[in-house]
Amino acid sequence: MNSVDSLQYFIPELIVVGTALVTIIYDLLPDSKDNNSIAYIALGGIALTLIAIFATGAPTESLFDGMIRIDGFSIYFKVIALVATAVTIVFSIQSRELDPNTKGEYYSILIAVNLGMFMMASSTNLLMAYLSLETVSISSYILAGFLTHNQRSSEASFKYIIYGAVASGTMLFGLSLMFGLTGTASISEIGAKLAGLIEDPDSRLAVMVAVVFVLTGLGYKIAAVPFHMWSPDVYEGAPIPVTAFLSVASKAAGFALFIRIFYLGFGQIANLSTTNWTLLLSIISALTMTFGNLAALPQENVKRLLAYSSIAHSGYLLMGAVLLNDTGIKAILFYLTIYLFMNLGAFFVVILVANQVGSEMISGYRNLVSRAPLLAISMAIFLFSLVGLPPLAGFAGKWILFTAALQKHLYWLVVVAALNSAVSLYYYVRIVKAMFFETAEDQTPLTFSFGNRLLLLAFVIPTVLLFILWEPSYEVISAVIKDFTPADVGKLAATVSQQP
Amino acid sequence: MRLEHYLYISIILFSLGVFAVLTRRNAISILMGVELILNSCNLNFVAFSSFITRDITGQMIALFGIVLAAAEAAVFLSIILSIYNEFSSINPDQTDTLKG
Repeated sequence: MNSVDSLQYFIPELIVVGTALVTIIYDLLPDSKDNNSIAYIALGGIALTLIAIFATGAPTESLFDGMIRIDGFSIYFKVIALVATAVTIVFSIQSRELDPNTKGEYYSILIAVNLGMFMMASSTNLLMAYLSLETVSISSYILAGFLTHNQRSSEASFKYIIYGAVASGTMLFGLSLMFGLTGTASISEIGAKLAGLIEDPDSRLAVMVAVVFVLTGLGYKIAAVPFHMWSPDVYEGAPIPVTAFLSVASKAAGFALFIRIFYLGFGQIANLSTTNWTLLLSIISALTMTFGNLAALPQENVKRLLAYSSIAHSGYLLMGAVLLNDTGIKAILFYLTIYLFMNLGAFFVVILVANQVGSEMISGYRNLVSRAPLLAISMAIFLFSLVGLPPLAGFAGKWILFTAALQKHLYWLVVVAALNSAVSLYYYVRIVKAMFFETAEDQTPLTFSFGNRLLLLAFVIPTVLLFILWEPSYEVISAVIKDFTPADVGKLAATVSQQP
Repeated sequence: MRLEHYLYISIILFSLGVFAVLTRRNAISILMGVELILNSCNLNFVAFSSFITRDITGQMIALFGIVLAAAEAAVFLSIILSIYNEFSSINPDQTDTLKG
């Protein structure tokens, strides 16, 4: 479809751009900084975008001459990104860390990241994939360092940009090699051409180098070992709403691009090539979850603990990506949805506690149950769901991921993942123990507004409900990715490999 | 000039960039290393575009790459400025309050 015709399906993205512009222009008005009106404008823009996504629907052709494709898969990730952005805006209103004078820039950059995530979920072209990845990354660097006159925030953004710039540069190098090897920038055509290329022993090494280089950039985005070094420091130093946003939305968008590139592009070589990609990805997955869980054990700072926990969850999610089939993608989508609620919920509790108690340490959570019962019980639910204990949604998500891996006979990986879940119980329970069984000197009850209680329940309810309703939600996901299966790519690959 | 010559240069540029990032103890030098990496990618794209695909796809990607490198450099420099204000140093080894 050409560019002019494509615009009618591009309305959600245009609304996002409009919202970012309106927030920054509104910021120039004289009394815009007295209240939270900028945040409400941003939320309004997000609500409009959500309506537009469902109103425009999904065309059968790809847009802008094959640059992006709107299908159920990309719509699903767009909704995840929108929910995460909206929640982050609400968190930011609550947070006391942010400087009220820079609200306009903060919200417009947040929405720019959201735009990048939209493109990441729908790009089907190397150029678009790289551009969207960089839109998300560059804006995230700024968000991580948004606290002025704060050493930790500046340092977080500094470390983030050094790792990020090198990782994305390496990825671009891999993409350029891929472009040279296949002579095309379209991801699905690359998939088809690679199937033919891999037959030739001379080009096998080049293909492998290119794939590993691309994996660097994507692995950095989802914080997979060994590209995870930035994430604990960035998560600890960045403002808490930004940490919540990066750990959920940025990871989800990273997985969307990972699936697009690996499933549509490199998926074809997984079965043909002599290099065992399944083994490589399984090792990365096992290392990621083991490292995340082991490093989380001695942490005293809850934000940092959740950062390591989020690395571990990348490892679990990678189990689904290893499979490179529909079952794996469904498991990833399902787990990401659950992860969205439980992780954002846990971060919300961290924000509320940081505002009232003034501490991010586990010691600040002592005796929370008598000071703020609802908060303590919700936190316990989120943490137990993150472990994957029934009857909470985390269990259903892990169950589906594990069974998907079992279907592909990756028994050792499932054993590693199960052992890791057991290890993770230890550090999550430390917080629960502090909340329920340890005594604190300060016994004053904490008070929360009605809106905050409501928002907390909005995270708790899905965390419980998705366990009971996992079957209907799984069917929704199956329907969503029905048109994702690249039937034409498979055919293309078959014709290419038949040629002499 | 054959395609290989361009690829040799771009590999050398890329390696020099990675070397600079790994060894330099000055944020500005690290930024220069990153720029070398990005330019080696652009060189690759342009070379492949004129030798293999013989259309403008690769050159277009290189143009976008240049713009992105500029955007990244702008953000990088402003972060270096804020690091300098907080730590009075732009040596990555000395910005180590976060660890563990």
